[in-house]
Amino acid sequence: MGVIEGEGGSALAKLGNIKLSEAARGLALAMPPLAYTLLLLAVPILAVIYLSFTAREPDADGNMVMSFANYVRVWTDPLYLHLLARSVGISVIVAVITVVLAYPIAYFIAFESGKWRHLWILLITVPFWTSYLLRVLSWKIALGQSGAINSILLWTGLIATPFEGLLYNIGAVVTVLAHSYAVFAILPIYVSLVRLDRSLLEAATDLGDGAVRRFVRITLPLTQRGVVGALMVVMIPTAGDYVTPVLIGGKDGIMIANQIQAQFGKANNWPLGAALSVSTMLTIGFAALAILVLARKAGRLAR
Amino acid sequence: MMAGAKNRSVLAAYAVAYIVFLYLPVVLLPLFSFNQSITPSFPLTGFTTDWYLALADEPEMHNALINSLKVAATTSVFATLLGACAARAFTRYKFRAKPAAEGIIMTPLFLPEILIGLSMLVVILWLGFELSLVTVVMGHVLVCLPYCVTVLISSFDGFDVTLEEASTDLGEGALGTLWRVILPIVMPGLISSLIVSFTISLDEFVLAFFLSGDEATLPVYIWGQLRFAAKLPIVMALGSLMLVASIGLLIISEIVRRRGERRLKPSGMDTP
Repeated sequence: MGVIEGEGGSALAKLGNIKLSEAARGLALAMPPLAYTLLLLAVPILAVIYLSFTAREPDADGNMVMSFANYVRVWTDPLYLHLLARSVGISVIVAVITVVLAYPIAYFIAFESGKWRHLWILLITVPFWTSYLLRVLSWKIALGQSGAINSILLWTGLIATPFEGLLYNIGAVVTVLAHSYAVFAILPIYVSLVRLDRSLLEAATDLGDGAVRRFVRITLPLTQRGVVGALMVVMIPTAGDYVTPVLIGGKDGIMIANQIQAQFGKANNWPLGAALSVSTMLTIGFAALAILVLARKAGRLAR
Repeated sequence: MMAGAKNRSVLAAYAVAYIVFLYLPVVLLPLFSFNQSITPSFPLTGFTTDWYLALADEPEMHNALINSLKVAATTSVFATLLGACAARAFTRYKFRAKPAAEGIIMTPLFLPEILIGLSMLVVILWLGFELSLVTVVMGHVLVCLPYCVTVLISSFDGFDVTLEEASTDLGEGALGTLWRVILPIVMPGLISSLIVSFTISLDEFVLAFFLSGDEATLPVYIWGQLRFAAKLPIVMALGSLMLVASIGLLIISEIVRRRGERRLKPSGMDTP
């Protein structure tokens, strides 16, 4: 990296004694990764948006035909509407549960872990570094009808008949997703807690605030950015999760990604799959916006 | 200061319970991979290493492993190179478009992988390219880049510009400064970024699933085997090896990163 910038700089300087300005150098250096992301992410997404507005069959000359039919179908067919609502609903529930479960652990690491802080951070990040597919597979093994949880309870005599419905339903999907995205929720909250000015907490205590009141009025509002960030970073990817609904969801836990994949695969209706993808992102974007607005309002109320 | 003794122990107990929840699935795979029974349930029926030995007779798996290693190695080099450009630009220079550039490079972290995979698939097939390991690498570099940039920014952040200036003043050229001053200092960050992206690529499934065509990587191979109940123990053995590899790699990268940080900040400052 230094080569590009260093050689470019000195060559130019030799040529006409011009030096690239600091800003221009920075931008030039950031250009390769930026161009890469734009080319491989932004362009393909634009292509999908375009695809979503085309008809499935080209016209007689083989040209693509523009059409709103895919969106009409997505937004009128109860099957797709139901799947959309369910996926976004699941992702919001997962985000809220994950954040609520994550807050105390982030609090513990930030304030109570003392010299073991780094070890705790490592402990919570290690599972996240293992393959997502394998973690979901493990959950499937744990939750099955004759899986680890049921069989150990039967074996130890704690239950007489195995639990039914641990697997293949929304509850299982929510559990597994909340597990998978735990680190994404803990870290942003942890960072916001560490940055918190502790003298404010002491001041609140000195002024007679109890633990609960202090938490609601000081700690929570001041870590709002972390909490909202955690909600977003869990909610948006989970809405389009593919592996968990397929392995854990079964018929009752199906989500929109299964349907999108089916349109690009077996059903071979790419434009409809594209419209489903775009609709999912719009819906989740709208839900995210709603949460941002709500959080801001709640933050103002707390003060 | 923060809580009473009772609250504190409740919080600590919660933290321990949380860790158990986090590790539960990670422990199950290795446990059942040494179990004789083909179905993963209790009570365990006896210790065996047969499933691991059976891995030796899976030529398809060997191909997938080689594919995965190729993809992960290539991905880690490209993602780290691009990440280094970004991290250097973001830590060393100020420019107006910086927040926007950072935001764009970080976006893949926030998007569902299926969306990234399918979008790339559409463009690749429209352009008439064939799906191959190359297209998998293209996708993996994209999703690894945010992690590399994060790792490298924290490593470049502690970089003292005056060292660079001193080197120039003492007559080193740009290349000499890079080789003898900059590289040794940022090396731990670079290694840690290489390992992190290698691990992510090795374990990544969704993009590989959409972009790999006929050439399966390890996770894609595992996905294919899940249909066969009889293959489950072998898959669990393979999965356990992958878990060990991922955790081992992460620990190595942590050690390298810590050592580099300690060298940069002898005062022992905390970096979250």
